[in-house]
Amino acid sequence: MGDWKTPPELKYTDSDEWFAVDGDVVTIGITDHAQDQLNDIVYIEFKDVGDALDAGDSYGEVESVKAAAEMYSAVPGEIIEVNAALEDSPEIVNADPFGDGWMVKIRATDLSALDGLMDAAAYDAYCDSR
Amino acid sequence: MLQPLIYDIGAPGRIGVNLPPSDVPEAEMPVDLLREDLPLPEVGEVQVVRHFVKLSHLNYSIDKGLYPLGSCTMKYNPKINEDAARLPGLAQLHPLIEETGAQGALYLMHELQRWLGEISGFDAVSLTPAAGAQGEFAGILMIRNYHLDKGDGQRDIILVPNSAHGTNPATVTMAGMRVHELPSNEQGNVDLDALREACQGEMRDRIAGMMITVPSTLGLFESTILEVIDAVHDAGGLMYMDGANMNALMAVVKPGELGFDVMHYNLHKTFSTPHGGGGPGSGAVGVNEKLRDYLPGPIVDVVDEADESGAPLYGFVMPEKSIGRMKAFHGNFGMHLRAYAYIRVYGDSGIRDVTRYAVLNANYLRAKLMNTYKLPYPRYCGHELVLEGHFDDVEEVHALDISKRLMDYGFHPPTNYFPLIVPEALLIEPTETEVKEDLDEFVEAMEKIAEEARSEPDLLLNAPHTAPVRRLDEVLAVKQLVLCCAPALPAAGE
Repeated sequence: MGDWKTPPELKYTDSDEWFAVDGDVVTIGITDHAQDQLNDIVYIEFKDVGDALDAGDSYGEVESVKAAAEMYSAVPGEIIEVNAALEDSPEIVNADPFGDGWMVKIRATDLSALDGLMDAAAYDAYCDSR
Repeated sequence: MLQPLIYDIGAPGRIGVNLPPSDVPEAEMPVDLLREDLPLPEVGEVQVVRHFVKLSHLNYSIDKGLYPLGSCTMKYNPKINEDAARLPGLAQLHPLIEETGAQGALYLMHELQRWLGEISGFDAVSLTPAAGAQGEFAGILMIRNYHLDKGDGQRDIILVPNSAHGTNPATVTMAGMRVHELPSNEQGNVDLDALREACQGEMRDRIAGMMITVPSTLGLFESTILEVIDAVHDAGGLMYMDGANMNALMAVVKPGELGFDVMHYNLHKTFSTPHGGGGPGSGAVGVNEKLRDYLPGPIVDVVDEADESGAPLYGFVMPEKSIGRMKAFHGNFGMHLRAYAYIRVYGDSGIRDVTRYAVLNANYLRAKLMNTYKLPYPRYCGHELVLEGHFDDVEEVHALDISKRLMDYGFHPPTNYFPLIVPEALLIEPTETEVKEDLDEFVEAMEKIAEEARSEPDLLLNAPHTAPVRRLDEVLAVKQLVLCCAPALPAAGE
């Protein structure tokens, strides 16, 4: 396998987002593997705080020197905070995708969708298979 | 190797031409029309010539060597096209001349419309869109208006495969419609199950159509294209073909006969008119009977049939329900001329040979390189092939490093990181004009680079070593845009 990090306490999607749950607040970011594949990130744009999302909706867009991609939330809810620091310094995501490089916080209206996501071991296996 | 600006190589009073002494009194320029901030280079003729010749030597072009930029079809631009475009009777034609004074030009555009229709199996063609993206925009607007006229205003979804050119979803959004993305299957084709689910599920009545590139951006012919077209038509949608890869189909497959309703041609790719800095594009659109009346205009038609005494009279007409004009006047006429000359020179069987050699050359490279580089889809390819630019045993080397190293071997790099669904993609399109010796040189360079990746990876990671500039800072280039060479004017009140 590659040398990317995959913290064991998080949940993962096949579109390379991670989800951390604290009560009904879910913090979302993109994985170390994703930032590595994207290469240098140059631009990040979020939807607005207060916007409501259905499960599977895009909460923003990330652009790197290689590609542009939508970022999706696996859970429905309302965006309560976006990581505004990334709009000026998107390179933080390359440096620390699971820490300072978090993307948005969502007050989830239904957490059950998280049950269907991958754990760290399954996500690593998924990345290896690609 | 960097060259100074022309402003920095002159000296006050130095001139390039000697004018005779003025035989009329000199008039002073009004002071308020004189600008201090607009320097003019003061240089001799020989300095000007050397300056621009040196700059031209720094440039890489198709006249210098292989330019395998996949999906861009950087094919050779035959010089006879340039001769045709410079014929004074055509080059000096004023766009506002009366139609009776431009019958030759109108005839030529009419012929080109007819030939493009014949080549792709469409009933009518408009030459006006200025480039491929505008051709796409015209196509999607026609599809939208077609549905609106039928009272189907709820049809607002365009299906787009995930291998599509980025312009496709952008076009859909520009036209005020929505994109529904479809996955690809293991063979690189559109996933038929996902397509049928979309066409038969709850979004069925909202499907306006589908945009698809054939061959796909993976360089692969959509082997289930007839099923794809049937599924979309069955849901009431129309089929748009992105003609960017038409170089693999010309005179062999007619998209109109496959069932497509509309497509755009890139005259600047398939029909050899210069692009990539060498000239404007031209994105003609072809349609079947369903969309004929919606074409952007004006198009050229016979406005007065020939009688026994003379030739027919050609004129510009706007189709009945036209989506309107895409561009001032008649599109990029200089490109129409070159495309006309290209088709005329090759003729029917020659055009078919263009396609055959384009496909043969790409498959030759595929066969030669598939054991050195990963080939994600092990099938015969069309006019281009996609490889993975990375090696399991040297993880630090990426597609970009391979491309930069290719420059040291005297080749233009292939397209990098597109299509997005292939990791570290290298999309290589040799085009039909390359001979075997040139293809072999490219193969040899690619093989050497693969060896170097193992023996001396720094050669790749620090490449290019011989280009006018070394590795550029792409992050800085994207984040700090400098779009104007002059300092911005101070805002009012400052």
